[in-house]
Amino acid sequence: MHTHVFARLARSVARANGMPTTRQAFVPQPVVGRSEAELRAYVDGEDAVNGGPFMQRVIEGLTNPLDDEDLAGLSFDRSAPALLEPDTEETLQRLFVEERWTDFLPVVLPTEERVEAMLAGTSHARDEVVGRMRPTAFREFWEFTVEKVAVNAVMAGARPEYLPVILAAMASGMTARSSSTTSFATIAMVNGPIRNEIAMNSGTGAFGPYNHANATIGRAYSMASQNLQGGSVPGETYMGSQGNSYAYSAAFAENEERSPWTPFHVQHGFEPTDSTVSLFLGGWYTQFGTIRDDTWQERFRGALRACDPFIGPIVALDPIAANKLVDFGFDTREKLVDWLAENSLLPAREYWDNQWMQTLVRPWAVLGQEPYATHLKAEPDEAVQMFRPQDINVVVVGGETGGTYKMLAGSLRDSIVRIDDWR
Amino acid sequence: MAEKLTVHDPRGYPPQVTGKPLAPRLQSLEDRTLYLVDCLFDNSEAFVDQLHAWFAEHMPGVNIKRIAPRESWVDDPEMCAAIQADGDAAVLAVGL
Repeated sequence: MHTHVFARLARSVARANGMPTTRQAFVPQPVVGRSEAELRAYVDGEDAVNGGPFMQRVIEGLTNPLDDEDLAGLSFDRSAPALLEPDTEETLQRLFVEERWTDFLPVVLPTEERVEAMLAGTSHARDEVVGRMRPTAFREFWEFTVEKVAVNAVMAGARPEYLPVILAAMASGMTARSSSTTSFATIAMVNGPIRNEIAMNSGTGAFGPYNHANATIGRAYSMASQNLQGGSVPGETYMGSQGNSYAYSAAFAENEERSPWTPFHVQHGFEPTDSTVSLFLGGWYTQFGTIRDDTWQERFRGALRACDPFIGPIVALDPIAANKLVDFGFDTREKLVDWLAENSLLPAREYWDNQWMQTLVRPWAVLGQEPYATHLKAEPDEAVQMFRPQDINVVVVGGETGGTYKMLAGSLRDSIVRIDDWR
Repeated sequence: MAEKLTVHDPRGYPPQVTGKPLAPRLQSLEDRTLYLVDCLFDNSEAFVDQLHAWFAEHMPGVNIKRIAPRESWVDDPEMCAAIQADGDAAVLAVGL
């Protein structure tokens, strides 16, 4: 059973699993937030997609005889030639848009010459498998090679020297085009020497749109995710209710040189001479503030309270803001993370009145997993700590024109990849 | 006449799709065990409560059992084994 807005997706998944005639029944969207009486009306009412009484469809789905198509299932091959039929620039640009292979901005067409030039950016063979990716956990994995990543890098306007960063991001298996109804995006942060080798921006305007490497690496990761995972088509492989502008391009470099703390990747066990890309799944909320002597604690507590408890924040500090926090006693990044976690407080009632906490976290709490099990036992008005230290990531980025910070949703999921492996 | 270009297809490599048969159907649900599987989405338990109530009112001869996986979106072999052990049919509810 599904809600009606997922009909196309449900049928697509059934087909992709070789069972296109899987018996499905549909109720109206939403189920979330509906009362007992409203849900009973769904059950007593009509199938929201196929018409006719809903429960009749359910009973018949379980008891009507199967036919030959049901018993055979459907086998098919979706492979395509490496090269498209030759055509004019104008026709190909239109084709790429119609096939949903772009981000609806003009692309650089991936001619054989351009892809060859891009492949010079890595020592890896063109036919080496980089990894697998899918838009969501219940869809099939698609596989992709170095060449396919290079094709999408060309389309995004990237240069060959950026290719190792893009390959590393894609090798993570974390998509930049999640299908989630929440409209996820994935934010990429680069550390290490490669930042300066390819002239990435970690200073003024680092979040965009003021640097070629930042802009095209983020765009390549996004388009490659879309095209190499089986698509990102609204209603089928993309269900984000509102979309996310971070999905156009979200890549920046940490300002290691002006940070008062150890670089982010070194904190996570890499050498300073390693180059890495860290991928944060999130992009939901974005908040902004400045560090003020008198009220910084209240401001941070308020900002933390406004975060969604399901996804911890990336706390992106301009170097002025970071150094101010050192003056306040946070001489290590870890001390700041601990303070932020301890001060991320929300009444239990609000913490649990959340679709993703109910769907994904409450089962862990029921199984006894801490700290969620304790949070589940809290009184409704009792303050619970929203985030563990490992849910919060502090990074330093900005050009010191102001002591500002951003707090943006971003969850690190074992997703720091060594770029040097893809040079 | 405009020049024609040869360009790469930007798509990845999909897995082969192999047809699978649907599970055999029952002639009737009467005196059979039907599992209602709560998929753990927010409020799906409340929806399954209404399904359960419908069967109790309209088809009391169907033996309804309730079950849910341990975690959302994670295969639960023990749950599947339990359904296979004494279930005759199953309904999964409700995907978003």
